[in-house]
Amino acid sequence: MVALQKIHSRFVPLEMENVDTDQIIPARFLKATTRDGFGKNLFRDWRYENNDETKPKAGFVLNQPQYSGEILVAGKNFGCGSSREHAAWALQDYGFKSVVSSFFADIFKNNALNNGVLPIKVSEEFLAKIFSQGNESTISIDVEKQTITIDVTGAQETFEINPYKKTCLLNGYDDIDYLINNKAAIEAYEITNQGY
Amino acid sequence: MGKTLFDKIWEKHVVQKIEDGPSVLYIDKHFIHEVTSPQAFKGIENRGLKVFRPQQVVATADHNVPTLNQHLPIKDELSRLQVQQLIENCKKHDIELYGLGHPFQGIVHVIGPELGITQPGMTIVCGDSHTSTHGAFGAVAFGIGTSEVEMVFASQCVLQTRPKTMRINIEGRLHEGVLSKDIILYIIAKITASGGTGYFVEYAGSAIRSLSMEARMTICNMSIEMGARGGMIAPDETTFEYIRGRQFAPSGIQWEKKLAEWTQLYSDNDAVFDSEIQINASEIEPMITYGTNPGLGIAINGLIPIAESIPDEGERKNIEKALQYMGLQGGKALLGMPVQNVFIGSCTNSRIEDLRLVAAFVKGKKKNEHVQVMIVPGSQQVAKQVQAEGLDKIFIEAGFEIRQAGCSACLGMNEDKIPAGEYCISTSNRNFEGRQGAGARTLLASPLTAAAAAITGVVTDIRELTKK
Ligand code: SF4
Repeated sequence: MVALQKIHSRFVPLEMENVDTDQIIPARFLKATTRDGFGKNLFRDWRYENNDETKPKAGFVLNQPQYSGEILVAGKNFGCGSSREHAAWALQDYGFKSVVSSFFADIFKNNALNNGVLPIKVSEEFLAKIFSQGNESTISIDVEKQTITIDVTGAQETFEINPYKKTCLLNGYDDIDYLINNKAAIEAYEITNQGY
Repeated sequence: MGKTLFDKIWEKHVVQKIEDGPSVLYIDKHFIHEVTSPQAFKGIENRGLKVFRPQQVVATADHNVPTLNQHLPIKDELSRLQVQQLIENCKKHDIELYGLGHPFQGIVHVIGPELGITQPGMTIVCGDSHTSTHGAFGAVAFGIGTSEVEMVFASQCVLQTRPKTMRINIEGRLHEGVLSKDIILYIIAKITASGGTGYFVEYAGSAIRSLSMEARMTICNMSIEMGARGGMIAPDETTFEYIRGRQFAPSGIQWEKKLAEWTQLYSDNDAVFDSEIQINASEIEPMITYGTNPGLGIAINGLIPIAESIPDEGERKNIEKALQYMGLQGGKALLGMPVQNVFIGSCTNSRIEDLRLVAAFVKGKKKNEHVQVMIVPGSQQVAKQVQAEGLDKIFIEAGFEIRQAGCSACLGMNEDKIPAGEYCISTSNRNFEGRQGAGARTLLASPLTAAAAAITGVVTDIRELTKK
């Protein structure tokens, strides 16, 4: 995993609630056996006319050149639905390093963190402040300080992140490294707990 | 202080607690399938590792398999490669695979329980959100992402933060025509599609106790649709009777030993939950969804909400968008609306009891000529049982099409899709935009409500057809 310490970028506003993983990456694109290349099908059915990549839907934010950046800002309950990690891969492959929302679905949150995409939970008010910004506005995220700032207004919130996950993110460690290094404890557990 | 059922199982499986961090949770059973495992196998191979405890892993091919001519090579090249990859990975890592053509093949959440692999007190994971289904046996079962699948491959553990606990008590008697699917659709409509986020839910109360194992599985299955990490029900006689004698169930002395452990699996009287909800069973009517998340549901004889009347702006926009996609209007009834498709299948409602119920109602009737009806049994064993009981004849005479086991039109990954713009009454668990095919419009309901629509061609209150 690549370490993530700071982000300073414009943002893409997706003013919608309950964005589910079937929208982030529809099931028909889950046939791949590698993690790469999902970005081109991110929000596929909102981005393009049915199955035709040459016909982008002009009304969708990813097709509007005035918006860009490494931060996706979305309405509450982002990432609900399926456990498919392909959703996190698609966001990452597209170029997003962080998703900001007022509420995240659990599995998505874990999947994102496990792929170095930082889910930042902000208050409803702060979210509304971001949405009210123009497309030139930039946001700064500091993982160490746990802050998110709207640069032009200086409005700032701190966000929560589990200290362990924070260490992983700042250093680019992942959970598997941790588990492999603790095999002895796992084997000891197995000896005393012969369950199933 | 007493302990909740969840805590009893969770605590027993914590290998280690990381300070200020998650716990290392030991996993008893790990189910895998073709779609969310290939990248995890690659991951451990890149690290030079083998699967740590292959005997605790069970594999099947379900999401991306055809439901016709399963004996022939898969036509779609990408699907074929993905299924082939699973076969190779399982071989390389000594994992038991119930693949296409195997008598145990089927939807992962159908086969685990029916083979007796799923047992009370276990921790169970799978790279699939509906792993919550297995909680019906009093197990801590939850869906994980592919990185976590890789963790379990590497160490038989996952790093997890302990969720909060919620108990939903449903007391009283259910109305005629109300199935467990209606109970869970009712709960989700009541607490919304995100109302359970951060929680592990225990379902309790006399109405839950009265349900069969298969009905309980339907409820736990859809826990994820309210955002919950998982759902569970304390095991009881119904549970033990269901497991006894199944393929991989313990037997002899082992059975006695296990039974003694399992009977301790309940929430203590003085256990405290982070949240509790009380529901009276008599509030619940047959349910149907009108929107594009499972929380947008109403009683079958109710009216679609009027978006303008909803005070919360976000929620209002949501419903407006949903109604637009669904081609529906607030303030109107769904009853009597024509549907073009009926799908009876998925890990929510494709078990033998579901199909028996449908067959008992359909017997001697014919489907409406404007409706396509597809029945997809959850597993090869369910399909075999359908034949043994002659239910297939009833379905065929009614004009229904019976397919082979798999996820099918639940997620529209294979060719089983609902055409754009058409309505489908589906016994599955998700009505997201495009879930059953781009532009498809899904109305979630119970198998009986689906069967009623198959016969009449319109959204129907099953109670109108079964009145004596
Ligand atoms: S039947 Fe549907 S919900 Fe169940 S595992 Fe398959 S795709 Fe997922």
